[in-house]
Amino acid sequence: MRIAPRTTQAIAKGLLLTATASAVGALVFVVGFVLAGGLRHVSWSFLTEPILDMGRAGGIFPAIVGTLLMVLVSVGIAAPLGIASAIYLAEYTREGRLTQTIRFGINCLAGVPSIIFGLFGFILFVNILGLGWSVLSGGLSLAAMILPTVIRTAEEALRSVPTSYRDVAASLGATRWQVVTKSVLPYAIPGILTGVILGIGRSIEETAVVIFTAGSAVQTPTSVFDSARTMAVHFYILAREGISNENAYATAAVLICTILIINTTAYTLMHRLMRGRRAA
Amino acid sequence: MTTMIRTKATVSFFVLAIAISGSGSGCARKSENTITLAGSTAFQPFAEKLAEQYLETHTDVRVNVQGGGSAVGVQAALAGSAQIGMADLLTLPEEAKTLTPTVVARDGIALVVHPKNALAELSATQARSVFTGEINNWKDLGGADAPIRIISREEGSGTRRSFQELVLGDSKLSPNALFQNSNGTIREAVASNPDAIGYLSIGLVNDRVKSISYAGVVASNENVKNGTYPLARPIFLLTKGEQSPMVREFIDFVMADASQRVLEKEGLIPAK
Amino acid sequence: MDKLVSRLLLLAACSSAAILALIALFIFKEGVPIMARSGLGAFLLGRDWSPLQGQFGILPFIIGSLCITLGALLIGVPLGVACAVYLAEFSSPRWVNILKPAIELLAGIPSVVYGFLGVMWLAPLIRIRLGGPGLSILAASCVLAIMTLPTIVSISIDALQAVPKSYKQGSLALGATEWQTVWRVLFPAARAGILAGVILGMGRAIGETMAVIMISGNSTAIPHSALDSVRTLTANIAIEMGYATGEHRQALFATGVILFFFIMILNGAALRFARRKF
Repeated sequence: MRIAPRTTQAIAKGLLLTATASAVGALVFVVGFVLAGGLRHVSWSFLTEPILDMGRAGGIFPAIVGTLLMVLVSVGIAAPLGIASAIYLAEYTREGRLTQTIRFGINCLAGVPSIIFGLFGFILFVNILGLGWSVLSGGLSLAAMILPTVIRTAEEALRSVPTSYRDVAASLGATRWQVVTKSVLPYAIPGILTGVILGIGRSIEETAVVIFTAGSAVQTPTSVFDSARTMAVHFYILAREGISNENAYATAAVLICTILIINTTAYTLMHRLMRGRRAA
Repeated sequence: MTTMIRTKATVSFFVLAIAISGSGSGCARKSENTITLAGSTAFQPFAEKLAEQYLETHTDVRVNVQGGGSAVGVQAALAGSAQIGMADLLTLPEEAKTLTPTVVARDGIALVVHPKNALAELSATQARSVFTGEINNWKDLGGADAPIRIISREEGSGTRRSFQELVLGDSKLSPNALFQNSNGTIREAVASNPDAIGYLSIGLVNDRVKSISYAGVVASNENVKNGTYPLARPIFLLTKGEQSPMVREFIDFVMADASQRVLEKEGLIPAK
Repeated sequence: MDKLVSRLLLLAACSSAAILALIALFIFKEGVPIMARSGLGAFLLGRDWSPLQGQFGILPFIIGSLCITLGALLIGVPLGVACAVYLAEFSSPRWVNILKPAIELLAGIPSVVYGFLGVMWLAPLIRIRLGGPGLSILAASCVLAIMTLPTIVSISIDALQAVPKSYKQGSLALGATEWQTVWRVLFPAARAGILAGVILGMGRAIGETMAVIMISGNSTAIPHSALDSVRTLTANIAIEMGYATGEHRQALFATGVILFFFIMILNGAALRFARRKF
């Protein structure tokens, strides 16, 4: 006996809904746990004061600055580089040995553990290039780490733009670069942004890489050559050495709010950009 | 759209330019008035606290405290990326031979179990049998019928080595042991499992776990100091070659009575 | 002009392969000597890891990595893809606009937070309900699955939304149900994109260290069930690197070398699996 398509659909929908509910449930649980444990310890002074007494007193101002700087540097390097790579892979070349090798390399890089990026950055940037523990060393190492995510998502986004868009522009005599920047990129922005946002997330949450390359100085960094502590590292140190659970979770709560603000801003900008285009 | 790409290109070029110029000027910056300490994650918070107090009287210097672990402490001191390496190893490794060690404090190690566990003490033999896996059920120690879950520090760590040497001797840790690589996570793992036993710094024992006596002696810093409680490991500051006046002043500050009292208050055992 | 741009873009595209090569070079340089000294066979198939006594067997860690990665994929991929399908095809666009960024938020939560949550909530739950030490393959797989969700879900949503509307309309016009359309038409069309998400998610699962260290228990014994504790290759490096010197340190880098091959083999397998006709 065959099951009626309608029944299959009902079952499938039920299963999908369950999966979605579990994923969202996990999200609510994790975020809720952190916010519930941390938010009540967050105050204005917590956001603006220096880290004092091993992190038990004072605030996390240096860590907030450190986090923002680090994200700026890492995404500032990885986004242009990654998008350029993706444009090459998706628009400028045919599928062949070279692209397959490059893509395989990117996939493998995605699986390289953060601790390896950390050790690598420590030897190359901190010691050999003499950058010391600094935002720059950290940002470069983080950029290497998030590059695969940016490239693969951007590439898929570019590929999903219908061929007809390219053909139209090309038939009007546009060069390949014009085709890419004028007709393909604008439509791939949402997908590209997904990768960039996932990359921002990873830069913000990473601890192993940052400890080894940017260090964990408690002072506020004033340039990219200063060592900096990110909020994730601050949380890690407070929690793993058992110093102060309240301030650890308060830091995590601020961290989540920061990501929320960054992501929302990015999406708002994108929607505005897309709407602007459609109106034009 | 194109403007956005152009901006991106400019930004990336800019960052690249900084990166290239940075490789030269990075060294210049950290030279004169910055003291960088790096290494032991266990001592890092204490070093930060001391640095914070040091800076109250020395406003013209910058003290950077970095973690990474004791091995990084040795490497960084050797490579010169830090003037002072921090290590909490029981014995210093071969490659640290050329470095000058200063013992700045000691850290006692307490055996801990879940607060609900009725066990109050282990003899030296019992402790060895538990951690080698010979005794693997709490009922053999007069407790409930439940398997003993050993939670140990990772191989190589200062705490683990002192524990190995002082408790296990030549015997091997049970192959069924679980591992955590910091005091905080050991405490969390023991606190969340009624059948667990582990060991961590005396200063970090709180009401989430219960400290038990070893060989009839209560685990406390006084007992480490008066020599009755044997489980402790030294904390080293490592310097390479001739100490610069700035570095010597900082180490003198750490060794001064006031700083040693701070360390004692925070749960370490003063060096003197 | 176009040629120059093309060259520059090629350069960019090669950068990640170059980084990979550089990292590989650096790990191999540190790790290969000790593998040669103790013998590849003894290293790969040895069951005893006591680096301070010169025993460098990493078989338990290879098994550990395999179990945890597969476990995380078994839980994370169906959950993530199903979630993406539901959000992209069966729910209103407004919900997608809220939930997609929300799930991406999960990507920015420090892995250490997941680790602590796992130790405090999941491990005791597993210990009490199912037995064993709690800190186990199962616990680590669950935590990693959640950590791979944002990658898999948001990339898959993009892939599904990128399928031209005409496909869907055509299928529905032929009398197919929505589900048949999704399963027979949209899903195959979006396969490449979904696969990219799964591969990145898998990379996240293999590469994750901090959370795994806390939640897998890091036992050096070979596991017998999903409730046993294991140590992964990455955890082995991260957990001991802080104190390792001399041969011990080299052995950890050698673990990294094996991890490299492990990643390549898994990626190769994933590609082969993807090319199969369904």
